[in-house]
Amino acid sequence: MNNSRWKRFSNKNSFRFVPYMMGCDPDRETSIEIALALQEGGAEAIELGVPYSDPLADGPVIQRASQRCLENDVSLTDVLELAGAMRERGVSVPVIIFTYYNLLLQLGENRFFELAEKNGIDGVLVPDLPFEESAGLKKSCRDRDMAFISLVAPTTREERLKEIAQDADGFLYCISSMGVTGKRAAFAGNVKSFLANAQEQSRVPVLVGFGISSSSQAMQFAGVSDGYIVGSAIVEKIEALLPRFSQEQEREGAIREFKYFINQLVPAQPEKECNHAAENTADDIKAVSAGKTD
Amino acid sequence: MKTEQLPDNLGRYGRYGGKYVPETVMSALAELEAGFSEAKEDSEFLNLYLKELSSYSGRPTPLTFAEGLTKKGGGAKIFLKREDLNHTGAHKINNAIGQALLAVRMGKKKIIAETGAGQHGVAAATAAARYGLECRVFMGEEDIRRQELNVFRMKLLGAEVVPVYSGSRTLKDATNEAIREWVRTVEDTFYLIGSAVGPHPYPQIVKHFQKIIGEETSSQLKDITDQDPSCIIACVGGGSNAIGMFAPFIDSSIPLVGVEAGGKGTSTGFHAATMEKGTLGVIHGSMTRLLQTENGQIIEPYSVSAGLDYPGVGPEHAYLYESGRVAYESVTDEEALDALQTLCSEEGILCAIESAHAVAYALKAASKYTENEMMVICLSGRGDKDVHTLISRREGGSDE
Ligand SMILES: Cc1ncc(COP(=O)(O)O)c(C=O)c1O
Repeated sequence: MNNSRWKRFSNKNSFRFVPYMMGCDPDRETSIEIALALQEGGAEAIELGVPYSDPLADGPVIQRASQRCLENDVSLTDVLELAGAMRERGVSVPVIIFTYYNLLLQLGENRFFELAEKNGIDGVLVPDLPFEESAGLKKSCRDRDMAFISLVAPTTREERLKEIAQDADGFLYCISSMGVTGKRAAFAGNVKSFLANAQEQSRVPVLVGFGISSSSQAMQFAGVSDGYIVGSAIVEKIEALLPRFSQEQEREGAIREFKYFINQLVPAQPEKECNHAAENTADDIKAVSAGKTD
Repeated sequence: MKTEQLPDNLGRYGRYGGKYVPETVMSALAELEAGFSEAKEDSEFLNLYLKELSSYSGRPTPLTFAEGLTKKGGGAKIFLKREDLNHTGAHKINNAIGQALLAVRMGKKKIIAETGAGQHGVAAATAAARYGLECRVFMGEEDIRRQELNVFRMKLLGAEVVPVYSGSRTLKDATNEAIREWVRTVEDTFYLIGSAVGPHPYPQIVKHFQKIIGEETSSQLKDITDQDPSCIIACVGGGSNAIGMFAPFIDSSIPLVGVEAGGKGTSTGFHAATMEKGTLGVIHGSMTRLLQTENGQIIEPYSVSAGLDYPGVGPEHAYLYESGRVAYESVTDEEALDALQTLCSEEGILCAIESAHAVAYALKAASKYTENEMMVICLSGRGDKDVHTLISRREGGSDE
């Protein structure tokens, strides 16, 4: 892939932090400030969600964000254009559009890619488009130097994981546990071997996501993955800050608090020590995951 | 291509169908596909299913000549395939028994289901009780309020009814939530879907367990006459009773008509006429036709009958619509309720409001045929569950 932003992403030798945010939640300007805060806080890429009436892969937090945005009629086009505005204001890490397939289908693939190219999109993630259905879209992405982000789950069988991982672009998204997006206390029992296996097979960095809401949780995966994705925890923080975002005199303080929150999410240690720490914790996870998730 | 050979190996009916689901459930769909294709070929399994349908659910259901209705229609002789006489009162039990037995065969101990009006929920809870499965039914909070009686029935049957607060809190959201729950519990839980919708292989499985409606009809007709019917009619929500009724006739040239809910009229925005007003899109894991905005947000449909109140339709129906093999018509709330009354007075049968849509269409179309011709209606369910709605209508309110 010739995309320079992805090159920088894959050449980084750190435990990458990739946040998810819902585009235009609560509004376009605030989203731009949030994206800049995420980048300043260490984001190596940003997943930009698109509100959808029926988000099958999402838990309550992201569902609520979707509904908030739909009350303002936010469309896929709006979110693509938001990405363009983010670029103009200085966002330089890869931006991945996270959209359900129906939204893309209605906009039309041609129009989608036209807008995606114009607005500096680097990747596309479609949570309800599994490997079997994605060949066409992946090719369209490749033709434009964009990454079609593939997902694998703890339930993905060996052969299939191999097939997906060896054909992945950008990064391989490893789902940490069964279920939809949302904060969790524990992860799938086989998460460590699953991630290790994914790392072995994958030609791109392996990132783990779903349910991670703190840097200590993330660190459990440092030895067996190349980075982590945080979604619901961030969207929930934004939700909590909504009243302050909407008041002129409170905005600055709210952004400051958001930045502080992001700093807490990003582990401070250099990656060598992370690896070491992970040896123990990854085993701990196994023990914990026998218990229930919340 | 004969529809017999569909779906293809990706689960497609032409451009419809497929598997548009999160990766987490892909292995469960593969397991289901394997489990189903094994069971399908297993004569012991087939015999058990047929035995349960006869000794437990009361099949075969009769094919009734409706003399009074025929007079009212003023044309073709009208026959009713009496799915209303099934145990629990609708065709839904055929599928619930079939899938529950499949779950048992696959070693699953827990099932989950979605329900709108509660008919499928009751059928699933019933099958779960009989086969010793743990059952949870997802139901929109709004529907729980509207369908108190069925909620109580499910609880009596030992099922847990899980209220759904997301989205518009109706069937569409209950289905989303059931799928989300399945993603969480996929390793030990069987998702018992209620209509011919969802990701492959569900539409195929539901058709398989509902095609007994059409097969019985076909042989019952042969007992009466050598002549083919001039028209076979069924109401369409997600499309399970219709696809079951149509199944053995699709490769014939007998005209088939699916009747959708026209609500307050298809030009009002308050309807569930997916074929007439829907466009290509993805819902609940399947490419089909659905009611949606220009931007691709799914629209909440409307119908007086909770069972037809669904924004999508099974992918095979979308295919049959596009190929022109099946005609899809709509009738309004008023027409359906009038037909329900007529069927009551003429035949002494209180049918479900869903089924009354098919009756209403038949009454409108009957006079196009001669008295030597026959029409067959799939009377998908009985109307006991709707009495509450009928009372409030009569009192001048809406069903809300
Ligand atoms: C009696 C009856 N008929 C028809 C339907 C519509 O479903 P389908 O189109 O899957 O047959 C329902 C759904 O609840 C029903 O209860």
